[in-house]
Amino acid sequence: MKALLLGAAAIMAMASPTLAERGSDGELKIIYWQAPSTMNPYLSGGTKELEAASLVLEPLARYDEGGNMVAWLAEDIPTVGNGGVSADLKTITWKLKEGLLWSDGSKVTADDAVFTWKYCSHPEGGCAQSEKYNDVTNVEALDALTVKVTFGVSKPFPYGPFVGAQAPLLQAAQFADCLGTKAPECTDANFGPIGTGAYKVTEFRPNDVISLAANTHYRDPAKPAFATVTFKGGGDAAAAGRSVLETGEFDYAWNMQLAPEVLAGMQAGGKGETVSAFGTLVERIMINMTNPDPALGDERATAKHPHPFLSDINVRKALSMAIDRDLLVEIGYGDTGKPSCNVLPAPEIYKSTANDGCLVQDVEGAKKLLTEAGWVPGADGIRQKDGVRLSLLFQSSTNAVRQDFQALIKQWWGDIGVETELRNIDASVFFGGDPGSPDTFQKFFADVEMYANNFDGTDPESYMANWECKQAPRPETQWQGNNMPRYCSEDYDALVAEMAKTGDLQERARLAKAMNDKLMQEYIILPLVDRGRVSARSNALGGVVMNAWDSELWNAADWYRVK
Amino acid sequence: MTETTLHSLQGDQDPSSPGRDIWDQFKTHRGAVLGLGFFIFIILAVAFGPYLWGLDAQFIDIRARNQGPSLLHPLGTDQLGRDTLARLLVGGRVSLSVGIVAMVLSLFLGTLIGVVAGFFSWIDGLLMRLTDLFLALPLLPLLLVIIMLFRDTLRTAFGPETGIFILIVFVIGITSWMQAARIVRGDVLALKEQEFVLASRSVGTPSRRMITRHILPNILSPILVSATLGIANAIITESVLSFLGLGFPSDFPTWGRLLFDSTDYLQQYPERVIWPGLAISLTVLSVNYIGDGLRDALDPRIRGR
Repeated sequence: MKALLLGAAAIMAMASPTLAERGSDGELKIIYWQAPSTMNPYLSGGTKELEAASLVLEPLARYDEGGNMVAWLAEDIPTVGNGGVSADLKTITWKLKEGLLWSDGSKVTADDAVFTWKYCSHPEGGCAQSEKYNDVTNVEALDALTVKVTFGVSKPFPYGPFVGAQAPLLQAAQFADCLGTKAPECTDANFGPIGTGAYKVTEFRPNDVISLAANTHYRDPAKPAFATVTFKGGGDAAAAGRSVLETGEFDYAWNMQLAPEVLAGMQAGGKGETVSAFGTLVERIMINMTNPDPALGDERATAKHPHPFLSDINVRKALSMAIDRDLLVEIGYGDTGKPSCNVLPAPEIYKSTANDGCLVQDVEGAKKLLTEAGWVPGADGIRQKDGVRLSLLFQSSTNAVRQDFQALIKQWWGDIGVETELRNIDASVFFGGDPGSPDTFQKFFADVEMYANNFDGTDPESYMANWECKQAPRPETQWQGNNMPRYCSEDYDALVAEMAKTGDLQERARLAKAMNDKLMQEYIILPLVDRGRVSARSNALGGVVMNAWDSELWNAADWYRVK
Repeated sequence: MTETTLHSLQGDQDPSSPGRDIWDQFKTHRGAVLGLGFFIFIILAVAFGPYLWGLDAQFIDIRARNQGPSLLHPLGTDQLGRDTLARLLVGGRVSLSVGIVAMVLSLFLGTLIGVVAGFFSWIDGLLMRLTDLFLALPLLPLLLVIIMLFRDTLRTAFGPETGIFILIVFVIGITSWMQAARIVRGDVLALKEQEFVLASRSVGTPSRRMITRHILPNILSPILVSATLGIANAIITESVLSFLGLGFPSDFPTWGRLLFDSTDYLQQYPERVIWPGLAISLTVLSVNYIGDGLRDALDPRIRGR
């Protein structure tokens, strides 16, 4: 990994003098096998939308491949030391770089940042990234280039708003009429946001292809090296991997979630290589704490109806005990994964060791636990209690590795007397966040679901805030939100609130671990595998620096054609 | 065969029975005989095979994954150690039953609409425009929408597998009757003007009896041919759906699903694609040959030549 980064850095150092002209390297072809359905990251929780949008929209600061924060649209990173963060940790003042232009030629001003905050914190809107703006009471423009963010509490880590791919700047002029409930209706703006990034959208076909061209107003006159970008979406991981590693049709393929032996076979093609980085991506099973029964109509999967059997902690614990995580890693990820018992697996100081017992599969223990809790096998071998059968609907996105996992887990759960029905949904729909579709991971019209998620940056505060009560997707939020299990605990919310006002790093680590342990020990989330991000790049594409802490396309402006 | 009773109405001068005639003619079509043999073999295999072959198609034996052919697993195992032969046999059950049930449904609809449209000229225009309308419906997008809309309702009513089975059969059925309806209508229009029909009308035979006794037996040949083609079509549609990852749950083997699961391993283990692919192709081919042979055998102008 290190060698790879060094190598990439060396190549960049050697090649940069030759990159004199914008648009001289022709077309860059990127393939994402999950197609983005919008270019507005505030309206989708999906990684594919965030990453596609990161070509166009940029934050004030973001994270590099080492997890360090780097100033992006801002002059520098405000700290207490340089006076950018007030001593009481309640305000942070960002200074924009001078001379920044939007891709339509107009000036980037502090008012755009103020507007972005208003856009995401509008009470009637369902902003998918609202946790980034937690506790913000005011954002004001001190002058044309200075933004002051004020928090209601002291914020030891004030780098939530406008930092990372999840919280980029929107252009106020373009989104002015798109506040609140009108946000999803502004199709033109959501499909073709005006940004400051190296590229601008020329055509957006939802769930299909995005055509981009070099932004003529980009701040570095020599970049980007490519004149156009074709961002193809859809298909499956195998086809995407093949198109980069074997045929060389595409330059970059995202998320090579393929069985290890398949990936090795493709790399033998010699047209490209995989690039990987370990971050915080955890493949996990989410447990639905609410009842998804369709008979409940509009109230299905909302907090009004607790789940008939998953609200029993013994059932959730037994489900976790029956899983052999080592085997899952071996089958699905090989060297690019490791078994995980934490939903917060990195950075090191936040990693809890209190839950490592889950690494050992214990089928007999799970059976015993269920029997003691009153769940006894019925005539068909399925455990039941008071007429409620332990019969689950288990959904995930369509992907060969996920379906293998589903089949294996179904068998293990069958061994302890739990019946499982499997369902797989096309990834573009599952992660699409469309409030009109019943099959999204936010709506969670199933009993358990499996997917992977992570957070960008190195501070887990906003990530752990995902499981606050108010983050639960529900009709009032247009089914946006990150608390898929609809977990709701006052103790947990208190921990979130406490972390929000704690400055000491060790204390923050203790709180983060406590939250992680709470989720793990209540078996709300069953972590399975800590996954490295794996993507594929063609040998003809230079400048790729794999980043586990931000969008993978974070430095797409520096990419160039290897000649 | 049922043709015996139906053709006897036309009066036979020949001492041998018409069923025998048809069979004799059918036998001369080598492809059809081979196809029939293979089709019967496949049906017997998927109907009784899973009982004889004791391994469970959904049982995962992770230690035995990615194995080549052996005595224990004659066709090897897949990436989770499930027995390929067992999965092929169980998968065939679903694929074939979808094919046959959907064919029966579409044939029933097609014949009904075709005969009514051809026989009663006042409703002909309306029904034929309806047929055009259905012909214009794209099958796959329609299926996707219907699956999304009705999946949950049917699932609660009949359980996941039966629910999806009903859904798929129903959708394939109602979207593939049009060809049969058109062919049947054309034949009925021609038949209606023939002397024996006029004669029977002149003695006051009611329409219902006219259709069942005179019309239907005479259009049996196109109906049977479209039946065989319909089976092939439905098997392929089900495979396409499973291949797209829709339809039945992912651990529920069907031929299309087996094919879909194996495509990632195409280079390492090509045999995993070949077995279900071969099963689909050979079944469809054999059914098509049977249809070809039946058409020749049922046509009195070809028969006997």
